Amino acid sequence: MNDHVVQKLKSHFGEGLFETHEFRGELTVVVPKERIVDVCRFLKEDPDLHFDLLADLCGIDMYTPVKRFGVIYNLYSLKSKHRIRLKTFTEEEDPKVQTVSTVWSTANWHERETFDMFGIIFEGHPDLRRMYMPDDFEHYPLRKDFPLMGIPGSLPLPKK
Amino acid sequence: MEPHVAETPRKTRILQALEDQNTSLSFDDPLENTMVLNMGPQHPATHGVLRLLVRLDGETVVGCVPELGYLHRGYEKLAENSTYHEFIPHTDRLDYLSPLSNNTAYALAVEKLLGIEAPPRAQYIRVLISELARISSHLLWMGTMGMDVGALTIWMWTFREREKLYDIFENLVGARFTTSFTRIGGIAHDASPESLAMIGKFLDDLPANISECERLLNGNRIFVERCDGIGVITREQAIDLGLTGPSLRSCGVDQDLRRANPYLVYNDLDFDVPLFEGGDTLARYYIRIAEIKESYKILNQVLDKMPKGDVHAFKPKKVLPKKERVYTKMEELIHDFMIINFGVEPPVGEVYHAVESSKGELGFYFYSHGEGYPWRMKIRSPSFVNLQSLPTMLRGAMISDVVAIIGSLDPVMGEADK
Repeated sequence: MNDHVVQKLKSHFGEGLFETHEFRGELTVVVPKERIVDVCRFLKEDPDLHFDLLADLCGIDMYTPVKRFGVIYNLYSLKSKHRIRLKTFTEEEDPKVQTVSTVWSTANWHERETFDMFGIIFEGHPDLRRMYMPDDFEHYPLRKDFPLMGIPGSLPLPKK
Repeated sequence: MEPHVAETPRKTRILQALEDQNTSLSFDDPLENTMVLNMGPQHPATHGVLRLLVRLDGETVVGCVPELGYLHRGYEKLAENSTYHEFIPHTDRLDYLSPLSNNTAYALAVEKLLGIEAPPRAQYIRVLISELARISSHLLWMGTMGMDVGALTIWMWTFREREKLYDIFENLVGARFTTSFTRIGGIAHDASPESLAMIGKFLDDLPANISECERLLNGNRIFVERCDGIGVITREQAIDLGLTGPSLRSCGVDQDLRRANPYLVYNDLDFDVPLFEGGDTLARYYIRIAEIKESYKILNQVLDKMPKGDVHAFKPKKVLPKKERVYTKMEELIHDFMIINFGVEPPVGEVYHAVESSKGELGFYFYSHGEGYPWRMKIRSPSFVNLQSLPTMLRGAMISDVVAIIGSLDPVMGEADK
């Protein structure tokens, strides 16, 4: 099934676009961020592949000078019961990725959470607010340069 | 807030009337504008610290915005800074109504990353504890669901059953609530014959007790009519919103990870995946009752088939050695020291493993750089995703049904807020 997905993607989008790897039987496809919405829409709407459930979407901070932030899409097909993973990277200066909430509405909250934790901005998102942290919080907690103990004074506590 | 003033001529009329000193003000329709009601986070019916902002037109809900994060403890950040073993106790605190299935899900994901597998007896015990956790969670749900719509007795009855389960956990695991039972490559200790006998006794009484509870609700006109036809979600909407678990199966979608992508020994066990078509609160009630009965079938088979043998995989550099050997043998002492201080050090790579927990698909994603702690760990929590469907389910519902619809989704905020 993994080979089939890669073949389909390559025949539709061309050979050089994707970088794929497999680990423990799980397929990961690295997609350039300009094409992520097209690829997601193709994977969802192709009648043969039919990845209709976006199981999960999350961010990752690689802490590298280039391609620092990644977004990981966990796609599941209810028809073939198969799971693949898409990945796209963005730069530290301009962490922007197109939203996929137009493809699956479940991406709405996942993208809000990723924005909250990593500061990745999802362009075209209908309601990009923080998910967990207060709206006036200034930092992004899951970035690797955010200390585990937190930043003193960043979360003002109510006065006694 | 400006938008409210702009859209309510009523307000300007009141202000004008006050300026004119006219106290005999009358309106044709007293409910001509909408009202925003704040529910929670301190509200007994929102099952924890869920906060809802509900916009009401009279008694009808026209919009709803859930607010999360009141129980956010930053578990994903903690996981990045602790070894794989150190994080096991934290998984208890995710979905605190079925901690045992969280332990299992976490251990399975780490084992997939390491490329090891627990021995058969440990796998059977893991199925056993996952299904007991499912029954315990569904029983609690049944009680609180009854309480949400005004039936108090059922809560007492299901909690009586749960009490027996917690006694079993105490005997089997050593703790009633925060179990931390699984280890990477196995479980903490073998199940004693005494606790297996306790489970057998519990299973003997379960069908009668469940049908007793069912009789209290299934024939209860108030319960059925309050739940029937509210919080409806269609099959397409449910898939689009990423619903999983009983909420998805109540829309007629045949999706159960135990069947779809079998893990542990579910392939060798005979059980059905209950499906309902309605997609409403009543369907979600029926499906959970049916799931308790399927878990009962699974548990009986597990008790019959459980093999003898070790409960730890023999992988000295990955699996914690037994304590008595750590104190007496040099090799084991070294391995224990290395695993505790530096972690299990899986290869570079990324895995995702999901199990069917009582709420839906509970998955753990790991990105490993080859160090003793994960570079990134993501918890795919079913409650978080399921809660996203609340605005869709609540639109057009009555204010009194809001509580029943929240209850029918079975959210646990420990898991939704991570």
